[in-house]
Amino acid sequence: MSNKVIYAIYNDDDILMDAVKKTRAAHHHIEEVFTPFPVHGLDKAMGLAPTRLAICAFIYGLCGLSFGTWMMNFIMIQDWPQDIGGKPSFSYIDNMPAFVPIMFEETVFFAAHLMVITFYMRSRLWPFKEAENPDVRTTDDHFLMEVAVNNNEEELISFFEGTGAVEVKVIDKH
Amino acid sequence: MYTFSSKLKTFSFVLMAVGLLGIGYGFWTAPKDIQEVEALLAADSHGGHGEAKHEAAAPAHDSETTHEVASAEHAKVATDKHDVKEDSEHKEHLEHVFHQLSNKPWAALYVACIFFMLLSMGTLVFYAIQQVAQAGWSPVLFRVMQGITSYLPVGSVIFFIFLVLCGLHFNHLFIWLDPEVVAHDKIIANKAGYLNFPFWIVRAVIFLLGWNAYRYFSRKNCLAQDESDDNSFYKKNFNISAMFLVFFIVTESIMSWDWIMSIDPHWSSTLFGWYVFASFFVSGITTIAMVTVYLKSRGYLENVNTSHIHDLAKFMFGISVFWTYLWFSQFMLIWYANIPEEITYFITRIQVYNLPFFGAVVMNFLFPILILINTDFKRITWILVMAGVSILLGHYIDFFNMIMPGTVGGSWFIGISEIASVLFFLGLFIFVVFSALTKVPLLPKRNPYIEESKHFHY
Repeated sequence: MSNKVIYAIYNDDDILMDAVKKTRAAHHHIEEVFTPFPVHGLDKAMGLAPTRLAICAFIYGLCGLSFGTWMMNFIMIQDWPQDIGGKPSFSYIDNMPAFVPIMFEETVFFAAHLMVITFYMRSRLWPFKEAENPDVRTTDDHFLMEVAVNNNEEELISFFEGTGAVEVKVIDKH
Repeated sequence: MYTFSSKLKTFSFVLMAVGLLGIGYGFWTAPKDIQEVEALLAADSHGGHGEAKHEAAAPAHDSETTHEVASAEHAKVATDKHDVKEDSEHKEHLEHVFHQLSNKPWAALYVACIFFMLLSMGTLVFYAIQQVAQAGWSPVLFRVMQGITSYLPVGSVIFFIFLVLCGLHFNHLFIWLDPEVVAHDKIIANKAGYLNFPFWIVRAVIFLLGWNAYRYFSRKNCLAQDESDDNSFYKKNFNISAMFLVFFIVTESIMSWDWIMSIDPHWSSTLFGWYVFASFFVSGITTIAMVTVYLKSRGYLENVNTSHIHDLAKFMFGISVFWTYLWFSQFMLIWYANIPEEITYFITRIQVYNLPFFGAVVMNFLFPILILINTDFKRITWILVMAGVSILLGHYIDFFNMIMPGTVGGSWFIGISEIASVLFFLGLFIFVVFSALTKVPLLPKRNPYIEESKHFHY
């Protein structure tokens, strides 16, 4: 079975936004949209679910805070509670103010780095990854909408020509 | 145009009346002389409570009592007899507690008075920053901010009268105003070039006049801009706002030394000015949010949407964290180095004011950071109100922590005097602010950024 898709190419983000709204209204399934820069409101127009990256970051931050607390408690209070310059090492809370800078930095460190790594994994980004742009112009000044074709090729082509596309291509995707 | 709902007006009058009664009660029940204190302590000491309190109060008051302790030492050397020494110590203690208890209603009034005045100051600073930053989101809120800052002249007058009363020795809040104390205290005597009544009161006049002048002209220009056909008044406001911010940051720092830090004249901290600023700045922003949410719920701010509320909530969140940063920086630096002349400030607060001292951190940091971190929550009115109430109460406690240990020490209690003072100033604040809001339309007409602000969307 052939796996055909339409590439509708636009050269203006306003026209693209209109086209996305029209396509959604006509119930054609948008596979993907490629843009050279973030288009404000595109995710809403496409109906994408909101990201949960911030929730991840919050949880990672809590992990970092726990790690910092555990580490300082084990090293400074449990393992070898020395008297260093008269700092009270009898219990964690006694010496807590001295550990706060570390706990804070661990929280930020974990939240930031683990969130970035999560982002890379979810977006499937890594060094030597093969680039996926369907048309090289989409990284410069063109916008591309990819829509699946289900035996309605003629109808789709005329539909996208009506939405202000500068170019409509039918591609056989493998 | 806003109309002051009669219910709210009645409510503010009730608050003021109840507050006045409570304040009067506080002054009425404060002990008049040493004998009354003796009777009070005797009644208190059944079951050994009195002794425990005495122990707790002793370290609290070293700044106030240094000279007293010194004279007690003298007494010790002069007379070797135990009963004489004990007797004189008992007398010292009574005098000490008497000063604390007679300070209590004054200190309660002072905390509430300075808190509400600085709260409207925080709003004024936020307003000036919005003008200078040419913020595109906030012009629809300018009239709300101007309404809140209309409390500033009223609050300044009351506050200034209070300072003059301190100078006339009606109370003992600022011990360096007492020539008896200064004569026996070399540390304070060395600061007399700065801490003397004429210079202090002149500084207060300059600061209060400067701030009120900015508020007056800024509002006037904003109203004139509505009727004008060019942007000259807007530009004027931009210029005076920038000049005000420079004036403010200098005077704010000095103000914090004069009106708050000098209560503990043996102690100093270099970031104190910023710390006080963060405290009333976040209170001011929270008040803007609260008043905005109230007016919106009554249907008066049609151009304010959830994005505006969201932005205010972000500021509340961010500045709360900033306050905590300064709170912790001040505390940790002094705790870490543990230099005796600095650490007493925190020893008093941790030993005698444990719950308010750490409770303020919970209310001003832990609670807001946990509930305002969520983007959706920042748009939900009841969550925002909850966070706002916590922040405002928390910063009242913060001012309480700054002022009470140096004035009433171990005799602190959040009782009728304290609550009544807050209620009185709250009632006055509501009355003045909402009366001012009825005077002018709630939407500036031709601010250059008003269209952007109306369509602000985040």
